[in-house]
Order: sequence, then structure tokens, then C-alpha cells
Amino acid sequence: MTDARYFTTTKKGEIFELKSELNSEKKEKKREAVKKVIASMTVGKDVSALFPDVVNCMQTDNLELKKLVYLYLMNYAKSQPDMAIMAVNTFVKDCEDSNPLIRALAVRTMGCIRVDKITEYLCEPLRKCLLDEDPYVRKTAAVCVAKLHDINASLVEDQGFLDQLKELLSDSNPMVVANAVAALTEINETSRSGNPLMEMNAQTINKLLTALNECTEWGQVFILDSLSNYNPKDEREAQSICERITPRLAHANAAVVLSAVKVLMRFMELMPSDSEFVTNITKKLSPPLVTLLSSEPEVQYVALRNINLVVQKRPDILKNEMKVFFVKYNDPIYVKLEKLDIMIRLANQSNIAQVLSELKEYATEVDVDFVRKAVRAIGRCAIKVEQSSERCVSTLLDLIQTKVNYVVQEAIVVIKDIFRKYPNKYESIISTLCENLDTLDEPEARASMIWIIGEYAERIDNADELLESFLEGFHDENSQVQLQLLTAIVKLFLKRPSDTQELVQQVLSLATQDSDNPDLRDRGFIYWRLLSTDPAAAKEVVLAEKPLISEETDLLEPTLLDELVCHISSLASVYHKPPSAFVEGRSAGFRRVPLKPDGSAAAAAAPVEETPQATVIPSQDSLIGDLLSLDLNPPASHTAPAATNVPSNVDLLGGGLDALLGGDSSSGAPAPAAGGGMGGGTSAGLLGDIFGITPTPSNYMPPKQVWLPAAKGKGLEVSGTFCRRAGRVSMELTLSNRAMQPMSGFALQMNKNSFGLVPAQPLQVPMPVQPNQSTDVSLPLENNGPVQRMEPITNLQVAIKNNIDVMYFACLVPAHVFFGEDGMMDKRVFLATWKEIPAQNEMQFTIANLAMTADAISTKLQKENVFTIAKRNVEGQDMLYLSIKFINGLWALLEIKVAPGSSNITLAIKCRTCEIAPDISNSVEAILRA
Amino acid sequence: MIGGLFIYNHKGEVLISRVYRDDIGRNAVDAFRVNVIHARQQVRSPVTNIARTSFFHIKRANIWLAAVTKQNVNAAMVFEFLLKMIEVMQSYFGKVSEENIKNNFVLIYELLDEILDYGYPQNTDTGILKTFITQTGVKSASKEEQAMITSQVTGQIGWRREGIKYRRNELFLDVLEYVNLLMSPQGQVLSAHVAGKVVMKSYLSGMPECKFGINDKILMEAKKGAGDDATRSGRTSIAIDDCQFHQCVKLTKFETEHAISFIPPDGEYELMRYRTTKDISLPFRVIPLVCEAGRTKMEVKVVIKSNFKPSLLAQKIEVRIPTPLNTSGVQLICMKGKAKYKASENAIVWKIKRMGGMKESQISAEVELLQTDNKRKWTRPPISMNFEVPFAPSGFKVRYLKVFESKLNYSDHDVIKWVRYIGRSGLYETRC
Repeated sequence: MTDARYFTTTKKGEIFELKSELNSEKKEKKREAVKKVIASMTVGKDVSALFPDVVNCMQTDNLELKKLVYLYLMNYAKSQPDMAIMAVNTFVKDCEDSNPLIRALAVRTMGCIRVDKITEYLCEPLRKCLLDEDPYVRKTAAVCVAKLHDINASLVEDQGFLDQLKELLSDSNPMVVANAVAALTEINETSRSGNPLMEMNAQTINKLLTALNECTEWGQVFILDSLSNYNPKDEREAQSICERITPRLAHANAAVVLSAVKVLMRFMELMPSDSEFVTNITKKLSPPLVTLLSSEPEVQYVALRNINLVVQKRPDILKNEMKVFFVKYNDPIYVKLEKLDIMIRLANQSNIAQVLSELKEYATEVDVDFVRKAVRAIGRCAIKVEQSSERCVSTLLDLIQTKVNYVVQEAIVVIKDIFRKYPNKYESIISTLCENLDTLDEPEARASMIWIIGEYAERIDNADELLESFLEGFHDENSQVQLQLLTAIVKLFLKRPSDTQELVQQVLSLATQDSDNPDLRDRGFIYWRLLSTDPAAAKEVVLAEKPLISEETDLLEPTLLDELVCHISSLASVYHKPPSAFVEGRSAGFRRVPLKPDGSAAAAAAPVEETPQATVIPSQDSLIGDLLSLDLNPPASHTAPAATNVPSNVDLLGGGLDALLGGDSSSGAPAPAAGGGMGGGTSAGLLGDIFGITPTPSNYMPPKQVWLPAAKGKGLEVSGTFCRRAGRVSMELTLSNRAMQPMSGFALQMNKNSFGLVPAQPLQVPMPVQPNQSTDVSLPLENNGPVQRMEPITNLQVAIKNNIDVMYFACLVPAHVFFGEDGMMDKRVFLATWKEIPAQNEMQFTIANLAMTADAISTKLQKENVFTIAKRNVEGQDMLYLSIKFINGLWALLEIKVAPGSSNITLAIKCRTCEIAPDISNSVEAILRA
Repeated sequence: MIGGLFIYNHKGEVLISRVYRDDIGRNAVDAFRVNVIHARQQVRSPVTNIARTSFFHIKRANIWLAAVTKQNVNAAMVFEFLLKMIEVMQSYFGKVSEENIKNNFVLIYELLDEILDYGYPQNTDTGILKTFITQTGVKSASKEEQAMITSQVTGQIGWRREGIKYRRNELFLDVLEYVNLLMSPQGQVLSAHVAGKVVMKSYLSGMPECKFGINDKILMEAKKGAGDDATRSGRTSIAIDDCQFHQCVKLTKFETEHAISFIPPDGEYELMRYRTTKDISLPFRVIPLVCEAGRTKMEVKVVIKSNFKPSLLAQKIEVRIPTPLNTSGVQLICMKGKAKYKASENAIVWKIKRMGGMKESQISAEVELLQTDNKRKWTRPPISMNFEVPFAPSGFKVRYLKVFESKLNYSDHDVIKWVRYIGRSGLYETRC
């Protein structure tokens, strides 16, 4: 006779029969009956009617039977609170039993019965059990405190159970310590006040670390997870904790390994990234992470989702391990997809050949999602590694030839991105793409194809026919396609106005009159207005040069990434979402904060610092992008929808607006393409024109110097200076006539120079300059002229001509006029760049006798396009980190140290071209002294 | 933490349901059945979020094991726990099948009560669990016995009980390696690694301290640095990429002194796992030659070469050559062993019982294909291979295993030790 038969009794009158069996005198029959009850309960039958009869069986010396009755009680006590009281006596008695297993069983079960009256009776036994001589009872009681806290938090606090629980942290038995830690962590997270109830200090940490070596694998997980919430007071403490935790990386249990990784990743933030210690940990982290890939597929999946975070945060860790992420034929699909993601992240110039041949292999597999992702991955490789782009494109073309519908569509979507990244390089393949026009049935692919047609309308002879064919079913299209079609036709019209007028009118009327989509209507009206008032302006706006898209795609937003790193191994790291996104109620408010190097978990400071970047710039950026018809989703949202849940047709404008309206920046609005920065000089200017914003002129202008003395200039004296005005370099000249005859017919030319400066317009001197008179002229310059390296680097040779002769002179251009308005570097990029530039490129300067506060310096420099990225206080000294972007794209990073009470300022400059550093220093000094 | 744990059969009927937390209702049981077990498509992720409730599942044979939670739990821990749960069930009643689960449901509930408290995993060591979860009904143990049980469950050495006695002290070490290979059709190694484990069966009295020595580069160097002359130079050492140990191994000691020391559990267990990628001797090389001769015919020739000492014998060799779905017939000629076309598996399976080192064998097949209008090309899955060889392909060697038991009067010399090396194929694939 087997127990399986209990699952199959389905007669009528069963309950009645069970009732009589339960009340039977025979012990054996009683036990059978209880088993039947539990089996019915399992399959979902309601057996609550038997409550009193089952509870009657509780008084037994048979442990197995007792456990079954307890199981029943836990399930039904809530629905029968009054009768549950009947059980209290037995519980209280069992808590006094001589057998520790029974004492523990009683206290464990009692905590699971959520009936107020029983809870009252629980306090006394629980108090005793927390002090029990047997560790098995103590460890069970520790968890019971957490149960009680969930039922009645104030009771736990009033009865002093928390203090007792804290005492258990110093228990001699490691398992008791581990369970106490688990209970305290849970109570902390759900605590109503939001204040941590358990203050971790160095002493507690020490006890935990000792217990860590001795307790079970699960206990180790509890301890490590709670350690990861601790904020070490300084770097030293963090280091010593890390040292004691690293041995856990060799544990056979993946959860122990990942929890140890979490602690290490979080504490490493406290240490300078170039320190030997960090390098060491980085080395040690890689092998255990790789080993996780040989565990069971489910564990592999969790590991891979976490590796994805680790690689984004610290790309060094697995950079040489590309091969282990190659997909195996029998991997479950979820493992395959994750591996593919990581392969792209690790792809670089040295391994790209291998990666590509793998991807090509994958693109012929069976699973549709996987194949699609592989095709996208090929495109992403092209964007990431420039050297490989040609091979990627030809691979994509091969794939298009297979004519497999979804492969073709996917390929077209990525090719659009490749066009964006390398304009004017691969357009020869457009004809092949056009052949597949009819097979496209997915909105994203259609939109991409339409974008390509619009963008290259001048090279596609029948562009008008192609676009017209899309127009027929305009109202059935997805809004993404509609927007794209509108823009593409307007582009076509601007490029070939003669024969497309009808088409553009048709689309404008479709968009503005027949559509109820406000985005579409608005864009239609804007184009209409533009086209009708000023076609030249329309051309400039619609056909403007677009900023290149960035290399690294679909990175997590940095603040979200930092938060997720604190949640490694947890569900949050699997979903790549903050816990608040999927956890309800009390514990959702509890937020883990990444550590900041200054030692405090700077929760309050962080958001304030980041706001201007996080909200305003993206919104403006996407606004520009939108007007420039870049509304195709940036590759950022290309990740599998299952993973991120970003609706794939979000218009960037929408996302931008959300951010502007104070939406949570980490909520998953697609991150705008970062590569554009402020949208590049031209588009920013354009935007300014449209909205009537004049960029604030810079106000620092060095005093004029005599560049050409009259003696050398045949009577013409030229003095001048440079400044930055309206986003351009401007040359301010004073021409003085020291000769006896009027001078006229002025013209000016510049020799090739380091920054490619050339006059933006001819020198305009309105009237002849009379003898002994002088005139002031301002000459705007551009930096698109021929470039030649000068010695010194800021040297500029100028030729000036008048009716008398041609004169030559040389002048030095102050460095600050080259500082671009878009020189605000992203914090993360700043850090990475700072590390990347070798130390020998760093130059130190001292500016003496200048008493200024760090804030004053920051404001003053900000006006001259030297942007403060971060400010820190280290040992009483104020440190400013600033970035400069030269108009030729060169970046310079500055660190300014202001010691209070001293009138000296130390300036350190890091730049790939270090010759420029003295000039930067001079400029900074001059700006500060002005 | 884990809010509930359910076990279903393949039809989605609940076999076991245990709820640990109040936030998990009875409807969670149905939600998982409807959304995952009965879902149309293939499972896309082992973690599913349904209405803010997260479900972790693993499926073994026809059984679904699901853990449910509403909190931000440690996901790796949940999966490790579910796997452990399966291990515990297997050691109690063998195969985890619907039949066995139904027959042992009372036991399973008892286990679940013990190893998971309020969703927090407790001691899951089967050896210890078996001392007090016995299913033999009442067992009025003496007070001393009870105290011993509890101290073992919570103890520092939670994996071994006191007072074990054997007349003959004996231990068996199995070094088991799985060679994984992915090779391109041209014979280029795309990726290769060995996943090895050391399985130990110990029948030792008392509480013995063991020290284990292997030929790992780092360990050997550490020894040399310490001035230990016992290590002879000339013995080759191998580079282990990473290793992991059973919880009995003192990890801190390994980290600081590079010594593997431990008090072993009684009976069989896995002492360590390791991974190597360098200098692997691949026991077999597969050379495929596939030629699609026209639309209805394909010729396949596969050569396998054994690449180890001629004195050794490989066993249980099996080569699996995938064939297209529209295969109508296959003609096979093989020099050695038996070959068969298995239509249900879409593969030619070639089996050889034994094969010596430095030998070579060949199979050629003519595959006849049906004409199909299916445009999609056949994607040629890789040729896979299985085998077993009596050496460790990574070069792993056990240098010593010393046993010290200070309280009982037996010494290291009295222990009988057996060491065995087995190399098996993991995923051993060659693309064609």
C-alpha cells in the first residue's frame, strides 16, 4: 500500500467518513486519516470543516503525526481563529518539552499561525526559547522573531525581542548567528520608521565574519547579504572586510559566490580604482564568475544576468574571457540570449574576428528570437568596432540574401544604425535593401527602411514611387512608421522639390487633418509652417547633419547600474530593475545606495548633483533629435523587450518630456543616444536660432596687444585679442593708421594652423582709415580650415593687406577661446577618461597669490566653458574636477585643489596632447585673475 | 525570502504545496500553472513575474518545482536551494517522479518544514537530515541522542556526526573529468575546457583531519616557497583556472596557506570542483566531411582518431552525426563498431565498445533525401561524441591525501586509499 492512493479518493461523503476515522480509537487509523486530510488539502479541496477533529489529534507522542497536524493548523487557523485557540495549550506545553526538536517545532509552528490571540500567548515561550540552552531551539526562535514582527511589529519592539535578537549575534553557535542576521535584515528592510534597527559596527562585523567561516552555506549567504548593506567607515576597513571575504569565491554554492561578489563590487567603490588592491580583486573575480557558467542552466541564467551588470560596471573583469560565452548548441534559449548580450559587451578589436564568425553561425539557428538577436549583434559589432564594420556589413548582406523574412527585417534595422554611425560609406548597398521592400511587415523594419529612403532620396531614383507606395495605407501604419514617412517625404521634397510637391501636400494633409495622433499632427504642422515660411530654413533644419550615434549601445543608465550592483544576485539583478519596480509595500521603500568614495553613502547628495544632467539635457537632446527627424529609437531600446519592458515605439520626445516633468530618470525611459552630447555645435546653434535663444557670450577678453608695430607694418599698427562670442572664436582687431595717407582695401588671411582657424567672413572695414585714426573691427572665425601643427601650438600666422602692401605678423591665441560650449563631460566618462590617460600626461601648475573659494572658481570658469564635473572635499581641501572640450574635439581634464587659508591653487591637467597644457593653465589663470 | 514552494506534475496538478508566508495566496498555485506550465510557447526564462509575484522554477523529467516570492530575494540562493531540494529527495527515495512524490508526500512535507523556515533555507545536508527525519514514526531517542542531533544540525561541523567507527579505515578518490570541446570543421579549437571534480568516499573512524595535495601550479609553488623538499621537480604541474570546494574545506586556510585541509563527511560526497582551460589533451579528434551531392543525396564521412597512450583503452565511444529532417534512407559502412540510423532522433549513431590509443577509425554514410519545397536550409547541427577514458585529460594528479586522527589510534599508514582517474566527454562537439 502506498501513500499515492490518498490523492485519488474522490467519493461523496468523504468528509463525513474522514471525521469518523479521525475520531477513531485506533492510532493507526487516525494517522491514515490525517494523511488523507493533508493530501486533500494539497490538491486544493476545502477540508476546514474537520478542524476540531484534526486538532484533537494534536496531543500525541508521535512526532510524524504531530507535524502533520501542525501543517493543517498553519493552513486553516486563520479561517477558524476561535477554534485555533484550542491548540494554544498544546503549543505552550510543547515549548516546555524535554526534547529540543519538539520545543523548536512548537515555536516554529506557532509563529506561522497568524491569529492575534495565539500571538499573545507566543511571547512568553518565545522569550524562553531565545535563551534556550539548545542552539537548535535558539536558531528557530531567531527566525520566529521575524515572523512575529511581520504579524505585529510594535509587539516585537515593545517586548524587547529586538534586543534579544541582537544579543544572538554574539552567540557561540554560527547557525544561530546566521539566522539572527537574516531575521534582523528582514526586520530592517520592513521597518516602518525607515530607520535601521540594527546599527552595524566594527564589532558586530567582526563577529559576523567569524561566523561566516563556520556556518552552513545558506548561513553564509545571509551573512554576506547583510554585510553588503554595511557602509565601512573608511577604505582600510573596507579592505580588511574584502580580504576576509575573498575566500568565499571558491565556495561550491553559486549563491555564496555571487553574494561575495556583491560585497566586493560594492566595497571596491570606496577604493581608488588604480590601487593595487582593486587590481588584485579584479583578477580574483574573473575565474569564479566563469565557473558559474558550468552550473545548472537556471543558476547560469542568474549568473549571466549578473555578469552583464559586472561587465558594465567594471569592464576589466572578464575582458579576456570572451570564449566562455560562446553559445552551446544545447543551451536553453534563455542562456543563449544572455550569453549573446555579454559577447557584444566584451567584443573589441582583438577578438572581433572570432565573435563575428560565431554570430554568423548563430544567425542560421532555429529559434527566431535568438537569430534576430544574433543579427542585431552583428550590427552592434559594426558600430562598436570600426575596423570590423566592413565585414559586418558584408555578413549582413549575405544574410539578407537568405530572404528569411525576419532575418531581412532585423538586418535592415541594424543597417540603418550603421548608416548613422558611418555616413557616406556603405550607401552602395541601398539597392539591395530596396529589393526587399515588399517583405517588410514589422513597424520597426518599415520605419528603418523609410528613414533610409528619405535620408538618401537623392541617390534613389524612384524614391518618390517607393514612398508613395507606403503612403497608400498610411492610416493603418504604426505611428512610428507614420512619423518616419512624414519626415522622409519632407526630406525628399527638399531634395527634389520639382516633382514631389503633390506627394508632400498629400502627406501633410494626411498627418494634420486625418490623424488623431497629436505627435504626428504637431510634426506635420511644424513642417508645414517651416516649408511655407522659409524653405531655406526648412532645409537647414530637416537636412541638418545629425550627430553620430554612440558606440556603446543599450547600456544601463549609470545610476540604475550603480543601484543594481548593490543588488547583485537578487531578483532585481535578474530583472535589471530596481526592487521598487516589482516589490510591493513596505520593503519597497528601502533603497540600497551605492557607496561614494568619500565614505558616506551619499544618498541625498547624489540625486542633487545629477539632476541637471539626468533630466534637462536628455530632454533637450531628444528635442533636437526629434526636430532633426532622428526619432528612430536609438539602439538603446533594442534589447529584448522581455528583459527591459521598454515599449518599443516610445517616441524620444515622449521620453524626454517624462524626464522633464520629473519622471523617475531610472524608470526605463530610453536613454537618448549619448554620442550627440549637446547635439554638436551646429545643431545647438540651429536650435538657438529657432527658439530665439542667443548663446550667452563669453565675457572674458584678454587686453589687446600690439601684434604688428607701425614700423613693420608700413604705418599700419595692428593690435588685437581673441575672445569667444556666440559660440565662435572671434578676433578683435584695432587697426591704427600711423601713416600719412588714408588706408583702405583691407583683407586678411591666415596661414594653416593647429586648430584650423580661418575667417568666417571677409574682413569688413567700412570706411578708409584716415591718418592718425584707428578703427575697431571684430572678425568671426571658423575652425574648419586646413590644419597644421604650429610651434607653439597656439601660434597663428596672419597676413593683412591694404592698399599699401601685404604685411605679415604672428600672434598667440589664448587657449580659452577654443573651449567649446559642449565641454560638459559625463561623470562616468570623465572617470574612465581620467584613468585612461597615462600618468605621464599629467602636468601640475601652481597659481600663486589668488585667494578664491572653490565655488567662485567654478562659477567663473563655467562662464568660459570650463565645466565643473564634480566637487569633493578631501582632507579639508576642496577639489574641483573640470572638463574642457576643444573645438577640434580634443578633451582636457582638470583637477583644481584649493587649500583653505592658502592663497595658492594647484592645477593638474590631463590631456592626450600635453603640449597644450601650459596654455590651458595660462588661460585658466588669466580667467581667474580677470 | 521564499514565500511558498509548489511541486507539480507535467499536467500542472499540484502534488505538494507549502506556503511559508502570508503574502502568497492559494491563487499563486494556479497562476503558475496557467501562465507557465500551460503556456503555449517554450519557457523563455526560469524566472517569471506574474502580477508582482515572482516564480522560480526548475523542471526535471516531468516534475516542475516552483518557488514563489513577492520580495527581492536572492535569486541564486533560490535556485541553489531548489537543486538541493531535488538532491535531498533523491537521496531519500530515489528518482524524483510523480509516483515517488505522491508516495512520500508526508516525508516531503516534513522535510520542507525542516529545511526551510519562514522561507530561509536551513541545514540541508542529507547525512544529517537522515539522522532525525526518518519516517519510522515515533522514535523515543534518549536525551543524549537528542542533544547530539541538535548539535549536529546546528554544529560547526554540520556534515559529520561524532562517534563513527569502522573496523577498516578506507577511502576512495575518484577524479572525474568532463572534457568540453567545440571545434570548427577545419579542426581549429574554438573553445575547450575541462570541468573536473574530485569525488570522495570516506569510511574513516572518528573526526579525522585530512590534507589533500594536487599538482596545481599555485599550490606547488607555494609549497616550494615554504621550503618543502617533498615536492620533486620534474613532476609536471597544471594551471587550474578556478576551483570550488565542499563546505567542509577550510577556505580561509586555502586562501592563506594554499593548503586543502578538511574533516570529511562520512560516505560519498564531492570534495572539490575545478576548471582548466590550458594544455588539455583532447582524447579524440573528429574529422567530418559532409558533401551535399545534389538535392536528394548527401555524403558524410567521419574519421575519429584517438590521441592518447597506446596502452590505454577508451570505452563507451559513441559518435552522433545529425541528419537532415527529410532523410529517407541511409547506407552505412564503418570499419569498427556498430552504426545505425535513428530516424526518430534524426541522427546516425555510431557506437564502438573499446578503442586503443593512437588508432583511427572511419565511417562513411550515404544519405538519401526526399525532395522538399522547404526553402530553409538545413542548419547542420554539430557532430557530438561521447566516450570514457582512464586518465585525466587536464593532467590533474593527486599527490597525496594524508589522514590525521589524534584521538583514535590509527595513523595515516593504516588507511587504505584508492585513487582512480576517469575522463568523460562533456559537450564534445565538432561543427561540420
